[in-house]
Amino acid sequence: MIGAEGQRTGPGTIGVVAIAAAVLVFLAAPVAIIVIVSFSGADYLTFPPPRLSLRWYERFFGTPEWRQSIVVSVQVASLTMVFATVLGLAASLALVRGRFRGKGAIYAMLLSPMIVPTIITAIGLYFFFVKLKATGSILAMAVGHTVLALPVVVIIITATLQGFDLRLELAALSLGASRLVALRRVTLPLIAPGVVSAALFAFLTSFDELLIPLFLAGVEVQTLTVRVWNSLLLEVDPTIAAVSSFLIAVTCAVLGASALLRRRTDV
Amino acid sequence: MNADGSALVTAPTMVAADRRETRRYLLLLLPALLTLGTFFVYPLFGILLRSVYKNGYTLESYRQIVRTSVYLTVIALTFRTAAVVTLIALLLGYPLAYVLATVRPRLARVLVVIVVLPFLTSIIVRTYAWMVLLGRNGVVNQYLVALGLTQAPLPLLYNQAGVVVGMTYVLLPFMVLTLASVMRGIDPALVRAAHSLGASRWQAFRRVFLPLSAPGIAGGTLLVFILSLGFFITPALMGGPSDVMIAMLIEREVEFTLNWSFASALGVILLALTLIGFAVYYRLMRLERLFEGLG
Repeated sequence: MIGAEGQRTGPGTIGVVAIAAAVLVFLAAPVAIIVIVSFSGADYLTFPPPRLSLRWYERFFGTPEWRQSIVVSVQVASLTMVFATVLGLAASLALVRGRFRGKGAIYAMLLSPMIVPTIITAIGLYFFFVKLKATGSILAMAVGHTVLALPVVVIIITATLQGFDLRLELAALSLGASRLVALRRVTLPLIAPGVVSAALFAFLTSFDELLIPLFLAGVEVQTLTVRVWNSLLLEVDPTIAAVSSFLIAVTCAVLGASALLRRRTDV
Repeated sequence: MNADGSALVTAPTMVAADRRETRRYLLLLLPALLTLGTFFVYPLFGILLRSVYKNGYTLESYRQIVRTSVYLTVIALTFRTAAVVTLIALLLGYPLAYVLATVRPRLARVLVVIVVLPFLTSIIVRTYAWMVLLGRNGVVNQYLVALGLTQAPLPLLYNQAGVVVGMTYVLLPFMVLTLASVMRGIDPALVRAAHSLGASRWQAFRRVFLPLSAPGIAGGTLLVFILSLGFFITPALMGGPSDVMIAMLIEREVEFTLNWSFASALGVILLALTLIGFAVYYRLMRLERLFEGLG
């Protein structure tokens, strides 16, 4: 329904659609090209690749340093996911259900890590952990990412809770369920898709993030993004195309899973 | 909420129950607030303190920034880059958002994935993609030379132009999603009414749709501008030696110069600019709207 109903498609409309299509190509092409180029058999990144191969993936998964950084990234992201989801779920329940003063301020406070430039959060945590001699630890990086992921979790879970019919929980209570039983047997199963989706996005927030581990990582313990960064400072290595495609695949998986979860809730 | 079911409870008990209820909810908030307090607010205060403390309280770091022309150049360049990126993002983003907001919902859901997928992809991956495209032997130069449009490869990377392209790419989804969320709220009947009263398409757009989308323009512009100010990864990788932005200066001072007081002062300036920007932004719209449809 571009333009109002009953209107002919004028040159103006065609112009707008053409620009919009070009912008969509601008958005999609770089990501698509990186994925295609990652399967190149050539020594240099030419597009289209003259022949296909898995050599860059072999180098990526075959190098112990790269493999180790996948493990580090997964560990940091998993811890972040658990921390952020637990903290965010509890806070969201209070924010949506509770009646107390200063709710707006608390909500703004929970979202504020999204507003502050990550470089500032990162150096703040760096100064903090240097004093504790705790840099280079998985836990320190996960704590930093928990700060960044918390707003995402709170936004998604509060939105889910707002769509939840409170009468279902009240019905359970009136039938004699305790508050904890009602929460566990009625509310949590019903909001589970939103909570899982929030957890996945918390994982992704950590998995994709560079600045916190850039300051907090040690020489031995490096996340995937930090290793990509260090490699790019030297040269545009084709192996990074394979690493990038791997990161893009993780993003697609999270996006796809959350879409499936949403469809399940709609039914 | 406990009191809802039982009408026979006396008023004082209800007040007590209410208070218990409030306490219970505050208890649920406590872990998140403690975490943020310890690992976010406290470190930020640490930066603030460091910026005015160097063997005693002093404003030396701030004075140094204001007096040194190199640092003022960096701040000016940061603002200029942010302004250029914001303008281009608006010009590219508006038509796309318009189409997303007015096509059939099913098609819009498919198209929005093309916006959201890059939006959720790691910034370093998106920056790398443009380094592959714009490099001296990059994909774009290969095509330009092959098509005979240029004899020698053009310098597209490691300069200001490269930074602008990369940053626009990374920030464009913020603009599109902000604009589209406002445009979806515009009643199409208003545009139809303008048509039926004899307005041409252009008039109906300019006099009705465009003014109604103004909050989106203001919000998207402000958001992209503020985010640009604090950008680090893309300008650090795609810029030349002279394309230094505030965030890069902060990183250098922390990692190499080890002048933490000075880095903190720069951080405080950047933070202040950002907070002022968001204070204005919040009068226009809520940040959560960007996440509509993600959960």
